[in-house]
Amino acid sequence: MPDRHTRSFESSAFCEQLPNLSRRGFLEMSSAAAFIVSFFAPHRAIGAAAPQGFAPNAFIRIDRQGGVTLIMPQVEMGQGTYTSISMILAEELDADWDRVRVEHAPADEKLYANPDLSIQATGNSNSIRAFWKPLRVAGAAARACLVAAAAHSWGIAIAECRTENGKVIHDRTHRTLEYGALVGGAAAVTPPTDPPLKDPSAFRLIGRSLKRLDTPDKVNGKAQYGIDALPPGVKFATLAASPVLGGTVAHVDDRRARAVTGVRQIVVLDDLVAVVGDHMWAAKCGLDALEVSWNEGQNAEVSSELIWSRLRSASLREGAVAKDVGDVRQVLGAGGGSSDELFSADYEMPLLAHACMEPLNCTVHITPSTAEVWIGTQVMERVHAAVAKAAGLPESQVTVHNHLLGGGFGRKLEPDMAYSAARIAKQVDGPVKVVWTREEDIRHDIYRPVYRDLLWARLQHGRIIGWKHRITGSAVMARFLPAFFQKGVDPDGVDSAQDIPYDIPNRRVEFNREEPPGINTGFWRGVGPNNNVFAIESFIEELARKAGQDSIAFRRAHLDKTPRLQAALDLVREKSGWGTPLPARCGRGVAAQISFASFIATVVECEVDEAGEVQLRRVTSAVDTGIAVNPDTVVAQLQGGLIFGLTAGLYGEITLKKGRVQESNFNDYRMLRIDQIPPIDVHLIKSGEAPGGIGETGATASIPALRNAIYAATGVALRRMPVNRKRLAVGARA
Amino acid sequence: MINLSINGKMATVDAPADMPLLWVLRDLLGLTGTKFGCGIAQCGACTVHLDGMPVRSCLLPVGTIGARAITTIESIGLTPNGAKLQKAWLELEVIQCGYCQSGQMMSATALLDEIPHPEDPDIDAAMAGNICRCGTYVRIREAIKRAASEA
Repeated sequence: MPDRHTRSFESSAFCEQLPNLSRRGFLEMSSAAAFIVSFFAPHRAIGAAAPQGFAPNAFIRIDRQGGVTLIMPQVEMGQGTYTSISMILAEELDADWDRVRVEHAPADEKLYANPDLSIQATGNSNSIRAFWKPLRVAGAAARACLVAAAAHSWGIAIAECRTENGKVIHDRTHRTLEYGALVGGAAAVTPPTDPPLKDPSAFRLIGRSLKRLDTPDKVNGKAQYGIDALPPGVKFATLAASPVLGGTVAHVDDRRARAVTGVRQIVVLDDLVAVVGDHMWAAKCGLDALEVSWNEGQNAEVSSELIWSRLRSASLREGAVAKDVGDVRQVLGAGGGSSDELFSADYEMPLLAHACMEPLNCTVHITPSTAEVWIGTQVMERVHAAVAKAAGLPESQVTVHNHLLGGGFGRKLEPDMAYSAARIAKQVDGPVKVVWTREEDIRHDIYRPVYRDLLWARLQHGRIIGWKHRITGSAVMARFLPAFFQKGVDPDGVDSAQDIPYDIPNRRVEFNREEPPGINTGFWRGVGPNNNVFAIESFIEELARKAGQDSIAFRRAHLDKTPRLQAALDLVREKSGWGTPLPARCGRGVAAQISFASFIATVVECEVDEAGEVQLRRVTSAVDTGIAVNPDTVVAQLQGGLIFGLTAGLYGEITLKKGRVQESNFNDYRMLRIDQIPPIDVHLIKSGEAPGGIGETGATASIPALRNAIYAATGVALRRMPVNRKRLAVGARA
Repeated sequence: MINLSINGKMATVDAPADMPLLWVLRDLLGLTGTKFGCGIAQCGACTVHLDGMPVRSCLLPVGTIGARAITTIESIGLTPNGAKLQKAWLELEVIQCGYCQSGQMMSATALLDEIPHPEDPDIDAAMAGNICRCGTYVRIREAIKRAASEA
């Protein structure tokens, strides 16, 4: 059988050997470079060896045959970033797109940190936003070196040269030089730090729906995810972590487990047990046969009821002030006019699991002096550090091979799985692949927090004149990047709330940190805006109804200073059939948002049957994300993100009883399936603005739009997710 | 020792009879294109063909297969409908993370083998067992129709 994993070993191992690449430095690549076969695009690989190459920065390598290797600072988890990032680099480089191939970046925060996040992480929908300028500069600087080398060899002025498709061209003399022929000369040129960038009107790649670079190997089983790593001699392990957070192993009886054919080793650590075998089946059967009792610890009595009661109590506190404009106290207080124009509502969001299709896994090989890791992660450097810590080795002795991710959604912004796997691997002779069962994956997630949002507003002559929004929930950023947590305000927790798009003269936004007991919380696709846009757009909908106005017209009237969002609303009104008659118990709901610097308006149309079941009829989004680097990818991210949000809105909730997560697999943590999916139309608005983020926007848009559609269909104003069907049934008490 | 016919070749594996085919493929034979998703036949990521019929390999004991021909994603492109679907999948850029797509394509190939020109309800029935967390369903439906319309 093919031994495909060796390909990725070669390319990754090579990365680790790069000697002190620096953004401005130069180096001539050793001959090893050219032998590297692209890790997932062998059909694009170059065949011949090149003696030397040109690597003007950490992102670009050109060999003597003209092959262009682009090193990806952000990871590919389905969002298409490998293609979009390559397009940006290749655009300014004027590379021959057909000769571009990509390579995972190694763990190296100095070279590959996301400029906005300050760490080597892929998240917050900001790969393109953060790297747009730096990668254009990197491409343009490399191009400048190649042009200088060509001009020098021809003995002409640089200004007389132009570039196209991997060639430098001198029109007057009809001479051309391929980039591959220029690598030696280019390596002798100091790259400019501030090269001129193309005018967008000159873009040849950006703005086109080019085919993705990662998908050809995803139709034939060749694509390598972390879970597919098979280093020689690998053993297979699966684990059971304490079912209650913070619990420890009390007693293990492994007699039956050891008798299972293929079981090689039982690993017992403080907080988990693992069975190592010749294959996953042996490990799984061994784990099933293992008798384990746990010291459950202080979280043994945690329940959903406890989590909610604490959150609700906490929400009564004043929060840290994230925004205070005008005089909210006066406007919302007793002296501010008629009390029948003062409204308030509270909204709640549940705990959610990520449920990436690729279950958590990590393969680790620890020797007395080295550690090697195979994983798909959103945080390369944190995995690197976690394994070094678990192995008791300096980071310089730890090599991390990143892979394609079978979904990320924020789950793989955490290195916990690598830390657990490395602690297991430390007990094992040789490499071991640790794979979580789906049940362990769902029950040991780092969950989307519970949130409770209180909102108050005053209407006057059909306009909102005062607004107060208090968000209570986890401060995820305070744990993830503590420096961003200032004066009690979590910037993620208030994202899309403190900068609400609606023009309201008096407004105040508060953040109230309350961490739920007995459960870890973290980022989940849509992050802070996912909660905030739900609360805001639900409340706006209720206010529109109080004001007796059309939902879109009411929003639009408060957006005179935000024409991009007005335009999105206008387009979605036109495309969604807004205002046209619908059958009984059908409704349309709208949601508008500026999230991740994209301007989006979405309409969901649904039907609610007599039993309260919701059928989706149609979803329409209008999107202004600035320059769409790859428009088809933007559309795909919206289509998928909308479904991700609808899944959560209709089904998503993690519950706890006696400290244990109750949901376990797709039978009780449901996903939308193809037979439930309506037509989804995404319309892009052409824009010359800088690119916005897109990966999370759909998940944020569809939950409030669904909620408002149900409101329109039934008159029931749901205020907590997921949808409570009992409240929607005919004859149910409102 | 168990003898299996996989992608047109014979393979002999040292596996307990109750071991699901999924782990035989992945861990013993290195055919990692077939994916583990749930282990309880709820998600379809592990779908392979047994004599052309789609089955969930995560629950299929390898000892029950006998002489039936196993086809996996690694060789589905050698079948006419598999090749058409691969092409349509790429033309319409169906795939995002791609982890579920081996299973999606195996289910879709079996559908076209049985119903060359499926209507929406046929697609729903054949594909509802395959979860895609990225939400590529709209394009999966389009790609099946595109492939079906190819001569």
